[in-house]
Amino acid sequence: MTEITTISGNRGLMLEEPLIFEQGCPGRIGVDIADPGPVDEDRLGGLARQGAIGLPDLSEPQMVRHYTRLSQKNYGIDSGFYPLGSCTMKHNPRLSEKMARIPGLTDLHPFQPQSTVQGALEVIDLLAHWLKGLAGMPALAMSPAAGAHGEWCGLMAIRAYHDDHGDSRRTRVLVPESAHGTNPATAAMCGYSVDPVPANERGRVDVAALKAKLGPDVACIMVTNPNTCGLFEDEILEIARITHDAGAFFYCDGANYNAIVGRVKVADLGIDAMHINLHKTFSTPHGGGGPGAGPTVLSAKLAPYAPLPFVVHGTDGLELVEHAEQAPGAKPFGRVKGYHGQFGVFVRALAYILSMGADGLRQTSSDAVLNANYLLASLKDVLSASFDGPCMHECLFDDRFLKDSGVTTLDFAKMLIDEGFHPMTMYFPLVVHGALLMEPTESEAKETLDGFIAVIRALAAKAKNSEAEAFKAAPRLTPRRRLDETLAARQPILRWKHGANAEG
Amino acid sequence: MRYLPHTEADRRAMLATIGARDVDCLFQDVPAAARLDQPIDLPAGQSEMAVERVFTRMAGKNLSAGCAPFFIGAGLYRHHVPAAVDQLLTRGEFLTSYTPYQPEVSQGTLQYLFEFQTQVAMITGMEVANASMYDGATACAEAAVMAARVTRKKKIVLSGNLHPHYVQTTETVTKHQGLEIEALAPDPFGFEDLMGRVDSRTACLIVQNPGFFGGIRDLTQLADACHEVGALLVVAVAEPVSLGLITPPGAMGADIVVAEGQSLGMGLQFGGPGLGLFATREKYVRQMPGRLCGQTVDQDGKRGFVLTLSTREQHIRREKATSNICTNSGLCALAFTMHLTLLGETGLTRLAKLNHAQAVRLEQSLRRVPGAKVISQTYFNEFALYLGDDVDAAEVVEKLAAKGILGGVAASRFYPHWPELRPILLLAATETNSQDDMAALVSALNEGL
Repeated sequence: MTEITTISGNRGLMLEEPLIFEQGCPGRIGVDIADPGPVDEDRLGGLARQGAIGLPDLSEPQMVRHYTRLSQKNYGIDSGFYPLGSCTMKHNPRLSEKMARIPGLTDLHPFQPQSTVQGALEVIDLLAHWLKGLAGMPALAMSPAAGAHGEWCGLMAIRAYHDDHGDSRRTRVLVPESAHGTNPATAAMCGYSVDPVPANERGRVDVAALKAKLGPDVACIMVTNPNTCGLFEDEILEIARITHDAGAFFYCDGANYNAIVGRVKVADLGIDAMHINLHKTFSTPHGGGGPGAGPTVLSAKLAPYAPLPFVVHGTDGLELVEHAEQAPGAKPFGRVKGYHGQFGVFVRALAYILSMGADGLRQTSSDAVLNANYLLASLKDVLSASFDGPCMHECLFDDRFLKDSGVTTLDFAKMLIDEGFHPMTMYFPLVVHGALLMEPTESEAKETLDGFIAVIRALAAKAKNSEAEAFKAAPRLTPRRRLDETLAARQPILRWKHGANAEG
Repeated sequence: MRYLPHTEADRRAMLATIGARDVDCLFQDVPAAARLDQPIDLPAGQSEMAVERVFTRMAGKNLSAGCAPFFIGAGLYRHHVPAAVDQLLTRGEFLTSYTPYQPEVSQGTLQYLFEFQTQVAMITGMEVANASMYDGATACAEAAVMAARVTRKKKIVLSGNLHPHYVQTTETVTKHQGLEIEALAPDPFGFEDLMGRVDSRTACLIVQNPGFFGGIRDLTQLADACHEVGALLVVAVAEPVSLGLITPPGAMGADIVVAEGQSLGMGLQFGGPGLGLFATREKYVRQMPGRLCGQTVDQDGKRGFVLTLSTREQHIRREKATSNICTNSGLCALAFTMHLTLLGETGLTRLAKLNHAQAVRLEQSLRRVPGAKVISQTYFNEFALYLGDDVDAAEVVEKLAAKGILGGVAASRFYPHWPELRPILLLAATETNSQDDMAALVSALNEGL
C-alpha cells in the first residue's frame, strides 16, 4: 500500500486533534453565566485565589468538535465486534440510558428527606429483589462501586464475621493462580496473607491441593466461577464442602456470572458471598473504564455485617438505614463509599433486567455460551485451544499455534485491529502461555462471528506462512500506530505544561 | 427478544457446528444438582413501553430537585450542566468502549484522560493527578493509605470538618491495614486545634476545604506543621467549583488533594456514581493509586497517549499493589472534563463568583428569620445555620419538605449522637437558585419556627 501523506496531517475522516490547552483563546466561553452582581463583603476570609488557573477558554462549537473528533478515535461496542475476554462487552441498550435521564430519577439529592425519594428507594429495593432472587441469596450489599470494590466488601463481611466470633486465627486467604489480580490485592487490603492454589491439568482448581492448604487459619477462599479460563468449576460443590468443613467461607468472584445467570442459582453452589458486576452481566455501559457497580450478595451468616447504608421496608414505606442503631440486629462493618451506591448504574441495570425478564436472562446466558462454543469449535483446528470444550461464555487459546512463526500473541491481536475488530484479551489468564481469551457475548449475530472466524483463520494461515513482518508492523490503519509504552513509563509526562508537550 | 440476534435456525446451525444436541449440553460441567431446568420464578421480559411505564411510575413518587426551591449540599451540589455535555457523553464510542488497554483504538479516551489529569492538577494547584477514582470518599481513604506508605507512619488524623462519609469510608478502608485513625469531633464553629494533633507518629492530617460546615481555612501553617514532623497534609474538596474562587490547596502546601468531582458535568443522580479526583506532588507519583495516562510517541513518532506506570497496579503487582482498584470513573471524568472545557478559566471563575454571591444573598435573606444565625465565619456556597437552642433542624427539614421546599439537611442526619448539633441546618446556594426560591425558604422558615 502506498503511504498517503497530506498537508494537514488529517487523513479524510481521520482528523488530528490538538489538546484543549493548545486551542484556547482567553475571553471565549462555552457557557453563558449570569453576572454575579455586587457582593458588599465577601465571606472568603481573605483566601480569594491569587493568579490564574491556566485553563483554556473555548466556545461551544469548538468544544463539540473537539470531543466529537476524540470519540472518532475510539472503538466501542457500537463500532463493532469486541471479543475482549473477561470483560463482557455486550450491547448497551439505549432504553437504559433514557431511563437514567428521567428528571424524577436523576435530579435527586441523596440527602433529601426520605419521604421525597420513595421512588428512588424503590429502584434500589426492586433491583435488590431481582439480584437476590436470581442468585437465590437472602441478602446483599448494594453500595460497592465496582467489582473489586464488591470483592473487598465481601471479604470485609467475612472478616467481620470471624472477628465477631472471636476467631482471630484466620489470617490466610486461598486464591487460585488463575485469579484476577484484584483478588490478592483485595485480600491484602483486609489484612490477610495470600496463598495461591494451583490449577489442575483441566484448568480448574486442584481440589487436592486446596484441601491440603485449608485449615483453621484460613478465612476464606476466593474462586472465580466460571473461572478465568472460561470453564465451570465442575467440582464446585466439593470445593464448597471442604471449605465450609474447615470453617472458612467461600467467596466467589462473580465477574463471569453472565455465563450462568438464570441457569444456576449462586446459593445452590455453596457460595457465601459474590459480587455482581452490573456493568457486565446487566449491561450498563463500560464508559471507557467506569463507572461500574458491584453489589455483593451475602449468605444468611454474613448478612448482619453488610455495610451501611441499606434499604428496609418500614411502617411508612421504604427506609434508608444510615446508622447501625436504626436497624436492630445489624452489625455493619462500616461504610464503603459516599452516599447510597451507584444509583445511576442501578437504574440502567434495572431497565435491562426488566426488559429481559427471567426468561430473557436465561436465554442470554444460553446464547453467550453458545457463541463462545461456536468460536471454539470453529477455530480450534487453526488456533491452539488450551482446554477441551465445552467452555462457558469465553474460550481460551494459547500461542502454541504461533510457534516458530516469529509472530507473538500481541502481534496477532494488533493485526486484528487493522481488520476492524477489537482484539481479544491477551496474556490473561497467566496460567497458559501467550493467552488469547475471546468472549463474544450474546449480542453478536452468527454473521458477525462468521466474519470474525474467517479473518482469524486467514490470519493464522498468514502467520504460519512466514509473514511476521506484516504482523510486526500492525496496526497501520489506526489514528496512531503502536505506542512506545517504555518511554511513557521511563519519562512520565502526565499532564500538559506550557511549551512542553510539542505535537510529534 | 430485541437485544438477542439469534433465530432458532441460527442456534440449530451453530449447535451442529459445535456438535452438541442442545444448549443444555454446553452446561454439562454444572453439577446436576445445581442446574435449573426452568427460568427462575421472577417476571418475564417486557417491551420498552412497559419498562418505561415502570420507571415513570417510580419517578413520579419522587420530588425532584428541579421542582422545588432547593438548598441541599453536604458534599454534593446541584449545578446547571450544559446540554452539550450530556449530548456528547452518549456518543457510543465513549459510552461503549472499555478501559483503554489497546491505545491504538482508544486515543479518544486517552486524550481526554490526559486533559482531565491536567485540569485537575491545575484547579487543585498540584503537579499531577490520576485518571480518577470511585468518589471523593474513597479517594480520601486511598489518600490515607498512600500517606502511610509514603511516610511509613501509622497515625491518620481526620479533622472534624471532614465530610462524615469520608470519615466513615476512611475508617472502614483502613480498618485492617494496621493504621490508627484519630477522628476529631464535628466542628461546626471552626474551633478545633489541629496543630496540636500532629506529632512524629502522624502519617497525615486530612482536612476539608471548604469544610463540611462551610468554613474556609488558610492551611499554610498546618502544612508547615505537618512537614516539620514528616507528615503529609491531605486536603479534601467536596465542591470543586470553589476552586475557581479560593486559593487552591496546592498553593497552601497540600501534599495530596482529593475531591468529589460530581459538581461538574454530572448532576445529582441520587449520589452515585461520583467521581474521585486525586492529585499529588510529582515526587509521590509512584506511590499514587489509580490509573494514570501518559504522553508518548507512536512508531511513526507522532504524539499519542497510553496508560502508564501500571507496575503500581493490581493486575501486575497483585497483593503488593498500591490499591485493589481496577476501574476509574471514565465516563464521569469525561463529563467533568467536558463541563470544565466549556467553562474554561473565564467561566469557572465567573461560576464560582456567582455561587459565592448567591450564598451571601441567602445569608442576607436569612437575617429576616428571627433567632436563626449563620455560624460559619467564612464560606463558599454553603454554610451552617443555627436555628435556635430548642429547635430540631431535622423537624424543620421535614416541615419544609411538606411545603415542597428542599431546605437543606440537618447536621443530626450525620451526627445522631451529638445532641448539641440538633439545631444546625446546612444550607447551600448555587447558580440554580432564584430570588423567589430564597424568599420561599425564608417565609417558610418564619412560618415554621
